[in-house]
Amino acid sequence: MDDAQTQTPNGQQTGAACGEQRDPAAAAEAAGALATEPRPDGLGEVTLTVQGLHIVLDPSGTDIDDEVTLKIRAGEVLGLVGESASGKTTAATSLLDYQRRGARIEGGQIEIDGKDVLAMSPAELRRIRGGTISYVPQDSSASLNPALRISTQLMEILEAHAFGSDEERKARLVQMMEEVLLPSDKAFLKRYPHQLSGGQQQRVAIAMAFANRPKVIVLDEPTTALDVTTQAHVLDTIRELTGAYGVAALYVTHDLAVVANLADRIAVMYAGRIVEQGTKEELFERAVHPYTRKLLASIPDISGERALTGIPGWAPRPGQRPPGCAFTPRCTWAIDKCSEAYPPVEGPSEEHTARCWRWKEVGAHKTAEEVKLRDKGAAVAAETLPVMVDVRDLDVFYQHKEVLHDIDVTLHEHRCLSLVGESGSGKTTLARCIAGLHPHKIKGDIEFQGKPLPRDSRSRPKATRQAIQYIFQSPYSSLNPRKTIRQIIRQPLQVFFDLSKEEQEQAMIEALEQVALDASLLNRYPDQLSGGERQRVAIARGLAAKPSVLICDEVTSWLDVSVQAAIIDLLASLQREMGLSMLFVTHNLALVRSISQEVAVMCEGKIVEYGEVDAVLEDPQADYTKKLLSDTPTV
Amino acid sequence: MSEMKNPAHVTDSELVEPATVHADKRRSEFVETMLEAWRMGRTKIGIGIFAFIVGLAIFGPLFAPYTPTEFVAPPFTGPSSTAYLGTDYLGHDVLTRVLYGGRTVITLALAATVIGLALGVTLGLITGYARRWIDESIMRILDVVLAFPQIVLALLFVSIVGPKLWLIVLMVGISHAPRIARVSRAATLEVSQRDFVRAAEATGVSKLKILFYEILPNTTSPLLVEFGLRLTYSIGLIAALSFLGFGLQPPAADWGLMINENRIGITVQPWPVFMPVLLIGILTIGTNLIADGLGRALIGIERDTSGT
Amino acid sequence: MPPLLKLILIRLGLGVLTLFLVSLVVFLATQALPGDTARAILGKEAANKARYEALREQLGLNKSVPRQYIDWLGNVATGDLGNSLVQDEPVTELLGRRVANSAVLVIIAAALSIPLSLLFGSLSALKRDTKFDTSVSIGTLSLAALPEFVTGIGLILLFATAVFNWLPAVSRIDPDVPIINQLQLFVLPAITLTLAVAPYITRILRASMIEVLESEYVMMARLKGLPERLVLWRHALPNSLGPALQVTALNLAWLAGGVVVVEYLFGFPGIGQALVDAVANRDMPMVQAVCLIIAGVYVVANLAADIGTILVSPRLRTGLR
Repeated sequence: MDDAQTQTPNGQQTGAACGEQRDPAAAAEAAGALATEPRPDGLGEVTLTVQGLHIVLDPSGTDIDDEVTLKIRAGEVLGLVGESASGKTTAATSLLDYQRRGARIEGGQIEIDGKDVLAMSPAELRRIRGGTISYVPQDSSASLNPALRISTQLMEILEAHAFGSDEERKARLVQMMEEVLLPSDKAFLKRYPHQLSGGQQQRVAIAMAFANRPKVIVLDEPTTALDVTTQAHVLDTIRELTGAYGVAALYVTHDLAVVANLADRIAVMYAGRIVEQGTKEELFERAVHPYTRKLLASIPDISGERALTGIPGWAPRPGQRPPGCAFTPRCTWAIDKCSEAYPPVEGPSEEHTARCWRWKEVGAHKTAEEVKLRDKGAAVAAETLPVMVDVRDLDVFYQHKEVLHDIDVTLHEHRCLSLVGESGSGKTTLARCIAGLHPHKIKGDIEFQGKPLPRDSRSRPKATRQAIQYIFQSPYSSLNPRKTIRQIIRQPLQVFFDLSKEEQEQAMIEALEQVALDASLLNRYPDQLSGGERQRVAIARGLAAKPSVLICDEVTSWLDVSVQAAIIDLLASLQREMGLSMLFVTHNLALVRSISQEVAVMCEGKIVEYGEVDAVLEDPQADYTKKLLSDTPTV
Repeated sequence: MSEMKNPAHVTDSELVEPATVHADKRRSEFVETMLEAWRMGRTKIGIGIFAFIVGLAIFGPLFAPYTPTEFVAPPFTGPSSTAYLGTDYLGHDVLTRVLYGGRTVITLALAATVIGLALGVTLGLITGYARRWIDESIMRILDVVLAFPQIVLALLFVSIVGPKLWLIVLMVGISHAPRIARVSRAATLEVSQRDFVRAAEATGVSKLKILFYEILPNTTSPLLVEFGLRLTYSIGLIAALSFLGFGLQPPAADWGLMINENRIGITVQPWPVFMPVLLIGILTIGTNLIADGLGRALIGIERDTSGT
Repeated sequence: MPPLLKLILIRLGLGVLTLFLVSLVVFLATQALPGDTARAILGKEAANKARYEALREQLGLNKSVPRQYIDWLGNVATGDLGNSLVQDEPVTELLGRRVANSAVLVIIAAALSIPLSLLFGSLSALKRDTKFDTSVSIGTLSLAALPEFVTGIGLILLFATAVFNWLPAVSRIDPDVPIINQLQLFVLPAITLTLAVAPYITRILRASMIEVLESEYVMMARLKGLPERLVLWRHALPNSLGPALQVTALNLAWLAGGVVVVEYLFGFPGIGQALVDAVANRDMPMVQAVCLIIAGVYVVANLAADIGTILVSPRLRTGLR
């Protein structure tokens, strides 16, 4: 059941095999059975207190985090939630009095069991790091030393904290591995980190963190780089171990859905400050800060009932934060007072607090009462619609290896098909094939409007290239940093159409309007735009060609949740209005209903399930689909 | 082939200093790098040194008290009122010869560097973007050129053709080419993986246009740094070849040649050796400072535009 | 076949290929192009047709070029590098001693450079942005810029003339006296070479150490509460070895060419000076031989660097691409 068994010979991660089921009960049993030590006394007592933490950039002194105050009890998980530039990552390492080059801790107190970490001597600090308080990093493929065997790296945390005798250490090592569901035999322990899968690497990190039974654990988005399935496994393990050992855990994340199932209490950060704190129930049922409410409304809803609403604008980076409440420019509740002074800590109870001048009005209604329902539009039967792209019996190769097998998909006008799968499932490869961007061998048929489609985009007639447009995943990589937005959007216009200068300019302005961007952006360069704006430009570039098929390849994966919601909303309405045939590639099953009518689930190069979105999600036939559904975190 | 797994929050965007907002005017990576480098004290010193010595080389002869081949005093006479730096092994005025001696080194060095850059960048672009077999074959050929230390390659061909100036410039330039090609190729490879190049390919833009308009403008920074480095080596190599007697021939005034001609009398009259040594030394340090400044600017710029 | 062996064999294969191509270039440049070697040797006597033809036949110049190349290659492989046009003695005999001298010089320079660079490189990385670091940085920047003969003359001016008269300015080695007793003649040339190479190695070592010290895994090691000594020795050092090895080998390979100017400057009887003399005299067999030797050493050194880097990196050792 663990990913160790699905490792390929050269040690690469392929995710759990498509037919296997996760068994949360087994994880609980394993952890619970092995947590044979009696639960420590003092469960429920406050273990960690952070007071007024203030972190700045070094050497400029610009604020990154300010007035961060929170407390965590033994056995409790506090989720620290924030989007990019919120300062949550910087706050995480400061709990161990550590800052990367470029930042320094300017003030505040961090108390563990009554002692202030920030006031400790280097020797005391070394004693508590890894001993009393430990850290689980975001990306273990970078945090595990590539030159050392994992046994060395695991042992040394025991040695550094003088854990018992040699014999006792060896025994503890075996116990550590079993707790995180990893093999404990010599052969496995002798491996180097690159010979482990991503999930296994992360488990090693967790094992190290729990090795000395610390009082506090800081987890810095440990599942961000993992597949949904592996993520679910790892979260199970974390939940069990923190509960079993009564550890106070700080779980830093950008994903509210993940934290909804794991955390007891949640703190929301925006622009370096904590804007709301409370129990999970309080925040989800009746949040009192506008940002929290908006954030909740932007979380993808797997049932497709709730409309995804994004937050216009973007979060200010350090040094660009406005005076007063930093959320003011994007806040629908804002009044003059908001940009003058920063609100104090107030709230409905001592445990549930927020920093907003109008928190009472904001929290007047329950979240459930204010939910916007999605406009589903009229349903049109697929059979009546013309076929745009037809893929039959497709086998796709990457150099000599066959990576896609027997693919059959059809794209219709006016319809959006979602391609869902984890990394390595082949969804991007398929999308690239249709776009003509896959330079390796392909067997089978791809037809566009009834005519065979050449494999390579260069061999395709101009009209075809114009009709099929591709939007890339990373907004940071898909726009040429040396060109202005005008030059970027003009390229398809110059290639596909014969327009005068004025007509070109007009077309560009129209394209920008379609993606809700102002014409003044034409003179800017990509690095002057936010991630969301860049992605809109990429979409505008695609639309400028007046396509009939739009392929979106994980176009929101690099974006914050709130920005993602806005882009999904935009794409859905564009698709409806323009009658586009859309292929939407994503790894997030929860997004599917918000944008598409059909879905194809892929695993290891095959389509395991294909049909109408409602049918597939409500009554999945394939085991893999069922597993994906159960593993996808939802609120 | 490997698909990215939700990388949005992996980048530590919090630690980047607020980016200087660039004005809405046309700017290129080239200009940006240079402006950034200019900000550093080191670069300013380097540019100052370079400007001074180039100025000396170009305008020096205007201030020379004598002609380079004029007999002024007995050979190896020390500094006096007639010859401020004394005379060399043939009785010529050292000061005059020093003022005349820089032109050749600098012009030849610049020419060699430009040749090397043109050749190297072209090869780098081609190998970085073309198909595997073209890449492999060109790189193998370049490996052969690389197998010869630069000065050995130049000497090999001088032994065949003779000490011709054009040959020296050509050979030094050719010996730079593979090294520059490696840098250019690496930059091209990296840029050609980026999605905006794919987007241009999908649109159907020709390969040549893509190389020139999409890829090249994004590789100019490392190439600028290479230019500074290669110029430093060119100066060293050409001065060395002159020193060995394969550059300008006597009685021409040339710094490298002067050092060799006069080192017999170094214990008696060090000036005709010391001055050119000093000038060549300072010049190369100057160009290296500029190259270093550009290199640091490059790292700073990469961080700013890497997408945070 | 284990992936490691395969990787190494490929590298070796490429190295051998390069050596072949190098020999081809040297051959074409020195024998096929210059035209008429026979005429060059005979000089005025080339007017005598009979002698001219006889010499051509003796030298094999009347055969086709590919045939000449194969013959030549065969000779090289068996150690016959022809006779010097200037001294009319076998090149191998003339060069034998010189190769040894140059080798000793290069070894001394390498032996000095490596510890110096390691010391300054790692100390600068550890004491980043301190006065020490800045001064080392400026020092290495300046030394790296200077052409080696400039450094050499600087040293001569300093140590062998008016300022300090300690060391001989010219290193005329007496072939009858054992090397050991003449070591002071090696000093200045060796120091010059060291000062030419060590700054590069130092700079790159510093950069690679800094990269390692700022890595995620070093941060993790510190957050595990490991003593700093352990973080440096067990975590940082092994990861710096790879790039350090690579750059050291490449820079030392440069020494093969660096000897040319330095030996000429100090009058040191090594292959570098032999090359300069040969070029000046157009002694083609000599030029050929020295170029082959130097290029050969360069290729082998690069190969060693490549293979060494593979062996040092666990990732490459276990064959993961």
